[in-house]
Amino acid sequence: MRTRSNLFGPIDEVLVFILLALMLIGFGAIFTSQYEPQNWHLFDMSKNYGKQLLWIGISLSMFIFVQLIDARLIVSLSYLIYGLMIGLLLIVFVKGQSVGGNQNWINFGFFKLQPSEFVKYGTALALSRFLSRPLVRFSRLKDRMIVGAIIGLPLLLILKQGDVGSALVYVGFVFVLNRVGLPNGLIYLGLYIITISVLSLLINEYFLMGGLVLISLIIIYFNRKSRQLVYFVGIVALVSCLYIKGVDLIFNNVLKDYHRERINVMLGKVSDNAGAAYNLNQSKIAIGSGGVFGKGYLNGTQTRYDFVPELSTDFIFCTIGEELGFLGSIIVISLFVSLILRIIYLAERQRSVFNQLFMYCVASIIFMHFIINIGMTIGLAPVIGIPLPFISYGGSSLISFTLMIATVIKLDSDRLLHFR
Amino acid sequence: MIEKEQQYGILRTMTIVIGLILLAKLFMIQVINPSYKLRARNNVVKMRTEFPSRGLIFDRNGKVIVYNDPVYDIMVTAKQLKDIDTVKLCQLLELTQADFEERMGKVIEAKSPRKPVIFLRNITPVKFAKFHEHLYEFKGFSFDKKSIRRYPNGGAAHVLGYISEVNDREIEASDGYYKPGDYAGTIGLEKAYEEKLRGIKGIRYEVVDVFNNLQGSFNNGAEDIIPEAGTDLMSSLDIDLQIYGEALMKNKLGSVVAIEPSTGEVLAYVSSPGYDPNLLSGRYRGHNYSILSQDTLKPLYNRPVSAAYPPGSTFKPMMSLIAYQEGIKKPTDGYVCNGGYRIPGHTVGCHAHVPLQSGRDAIRFSCNAYYCDILSKMLSGKQYGSVEEAYKVWADYLDQFGFGKRLNIDVLSENTGNVPSVEYYNKIYGKNRWKASTVISLAIGQGEILATPLQMANEVAIIANRGYYYEPHLVKAEVKNDTARTTRFEKHIIKIDASLFEEVVLGMEDVFISGTGRGVFKEGFSQCGKTGTAENPHGKDHSLFVAFAPKDDPKIAIAVIVENAGFGSTYAAPIASLMMEKYVNDSISSDRIWIEEKMLKANLISHEDAK
Repeated sequence: MRTRSNLFGPIDEVLVFILLALMLIGFGAIFTSQYEPQNWHLFDMSKNYGKQLLWIGISLSMFIFVQLIDARLIVSLSYLIYGLMIGLLLIVFVKGQSVGGNQNWINFGFFKLQPSEFVKYGTALALSRFLSRPLVRFSRLKDRMIVGAIIGLPLLLILKQGDVGSALVYVGFVFVLNRVGLPNGLIYLGLYIITISVLSLLINEYFLMGGLVLISLIIIYFNRKSRQLVYFVGIVALVSCLYIKGVDLIFNNVLKDYHRERINVMLGKVSDNAGAAYNLNQSKIAIGSGGVFGKGYLNGTQTRYDFVPELSTDFIFCTIGEELGFLGSIIVISLFVSLILRIIYLAERQRSVFNQLFMYCVASIIFMHFIINIGMTIGLAPVIGIPLPFISYGGSSLISFTLMIATVIKLDSDRLLHFR
Repeated sequence: MIEKEQQYGILRTMTIVIGLILLAKLFMIQVINPSYKLRARNNVVKMRTEFPSRGLIFDRNGKVIVYNDPVYDIMVTAKQLKDIDTVKLCQLLELTQADFEERMGKVIEAKSPRKPVIFLRNITPVKFAKFHEHLYEFKGFSFDKKSIRRYPNGGAAHVLGYISEVNDREIEASDGYYKPGDYAGTIGLEKAYEEKLRGIKGIRYEVVDVFNNLQGSFNNGAEDIIPEAGTDLMSSLDIDLQIYGEALMKNKLGSVVAIEPSTGEVLAYVSSPGYDPNLLSGRYRGHNYSILSQDTLKPLYNRPVSAAYPPGSTFKPMMSLIAYQEGIKKPTDGYVCNGGYRIPGHTVGCHAHVPLQSGRDAIRFSCNAYYCDILSKMLSGKQYGSVEEAYKVWADYLDQFGFGKRLNIDVLSENTGNVPSVEYYNKIYGKNRWKASTVISLAIGQGEILATPLQMANEVAIIANRGYYYEPHLVKAEVKNDTARTTRFEKHIIKIDASLFEEVVLGMEDVFISGTGRGVFKEGFSQCGKTGTAENPHGKDHSLFVAFAPKDDPKIAIAVIVENAGFGSTYAAPIASLMMEKYVNDSISSDRIWIEEKMLKANLISHEDAK
């Protein structure tokens, strides 16, 4: 029973528009990063832009394919897909190829599959499927442990492969859990810990402790009537102080030199133009030199002349920043923010819990990629290799993200037909 | 169903907040902070200095005496080095394996792996052409085209000078023109005319990639500055005469300075021993310089302007002129010399000669007593009031003749020579405690008086001109874009009547006909001169000769000093006479070839000196 007589049903045009816009910007950015004025051909398969065109074609075919199948099929196949993805991840350990120190590729000749990109999709399906089962209560410890296992299994495998960036994305699932009852307090606590950690590395540990104690005393003084709060603040301050000392010990004794260096670079404590700081420096120079309107499409110098490494993949945003300027930045960031907000909006209008949670999963994954990738290019996040969805060069990433959006659109399109 | 207590999770808020944070940071680096734009430009736009070609130097007849030769520096960019076939490379560049390793070690030491560093300097075009064919096989190797100064005649080193890398002091003094590694004239015309010769540097802005590979010109060259070639110089030297003079002075210490009297243009400027200026240009400059600077014969010493000698008897023509002008003697006055000039406690000896019939005989016989008489009479002359005043008048004539001061020739390091002042004698003997007899040796160019070869040549040019000179100079004209610009030099007129010069000139002609220079008399070739012997307390006397030719409308005035060669007539006079004949007649007549050969072969440098 379709409300419209067309083949697809009512698909969300906003999402489709954003998806196509991002893909187009991505292709344009990859093209300019490898463009040679005298010698270029749009379908040159030896160039990243030529291949990306192929990936876009495959992705759009996948998109159409997903629109044609029954949404219930996706739901019912959730665990199977999850299982398959975990399987692929395991194959990497046996037949995987190492790229840049990370062992996370399976070589199929022309196509190098990166299972860690797809496993996010599988995890989102499985997590949503489990949490949407009628008898599952997230407040129950047993269910929480199963949730932990669904997220933890791929996370550990990816970490084992050395892909810190992809692993970090799984932190995003706390937003999904938050939606099913994980208290806000826990997320705030997480943010508090991150803040304290960063501060303890930036400021002398004893100054920081002193500051914390001072703030605590002020809070306690004004709330001295409430015994409960006094205890709470006191304990938080005490634990924080111990933690600060701990962070220092871990930073200086447990972490390896290159970790320390990368963290220092991100915190702005080291700024030599070599080694770890080089990438970030060149990336900021490229973006910063774009100015308000940019140098014009195909006119970038920092990006065109190889000053920025990993240009068409991790640092693709540099091309946009340099050639399209702050206006380009606004457009890309607005598109991503709109994409995430639109998915959340769609999620909230779902009647199916599965639909809703899956959409939250997708929104969270895109959110994590978005903030880490762009944050990294301008020095707000550590330099961790992670693609910018729909824009960075790479088949696995593009197909995986398109699958997620296609599934979101399909689920939304069918929401009135199949709800429980 | 699950709990629905949290409508809209925290994600929505965080997306908006973090989106705004990212935009704020982007706004800061893209719009507010200008440093990234500057750094981006510095990243890709490299300023390359384009060196203008240095001005050439021609001789007075338009022959090239200094030009630029292309040479190549082989550069290495350490970061780009890859699979070098060292055996082949060494073969092409004619290096030994050890040499290669040492040079490569220096490149690595330079610690600038992304920038080209000099590997091998100043390769000749021929050697470079061989290497260039194979350049593509040596990744990381590149080249830089430069030019070095070449001196095709291999002479006139002391005039031309040389160029060398600028030092810190010169860089600082240049108002930002010189950068470390630039070359500038260090001495000679190269230094004196540095600002004309060097031209104006150009700037080329180039776009490079991260490996410093050239990607094209920046902004289509709109901001480039095209270098302006240096001004060419036309030297006053006659390079053939110069080389001839150097050949005659070979194996002798001393100087030859020849001047065109009517203009003050220096025709020849020989400082012996000299050196081939090519030695101080190019790859082995440092090595050669240290050899030359340690040579006991001091080949780097610029004798014509730096060495000063007692002018001896070459002083006498001027002394006659002063006497005639001051009325001390008339040109027609004779003089009887009794084998010397006797004053209480001292006798200035004279050689045996017949009594002087007139002034010209004094020069012909170089009579010491005649000149002592002049100085004695002048300093005791009542018309001056006192010895001091009389001496001042005498010293003023010397000043007019260019003694005791710089003549402002356009090579540097000019010595003033010495004309003792009244104050000097007052200090030594006390005021009013000295008189003619005290300073009598000045009369015959001995004593405290010292003159450079250039000053002696200038003196004889004045006599040739019958009373004036132009400041001697080595550059005739500056040539730019095919237009020559002649510099006007100051004319100095000596306050002596032109008519008084005839007697002196006749005397100087007699020197050749029947006087001390008769050994180099040449029938049909009019020449006038005066021998001299400079007393040398350290060894054998210096042989001096000043001369000009022809007698009327003189073309050349010359001073020759041959150190430790004894009387002026033995070496200095023949060399001067040959130089004049060569210049005026363009060749040496066959009957004088034997003199030429004798002079060319004469070796006056003892083995002891040459150590």
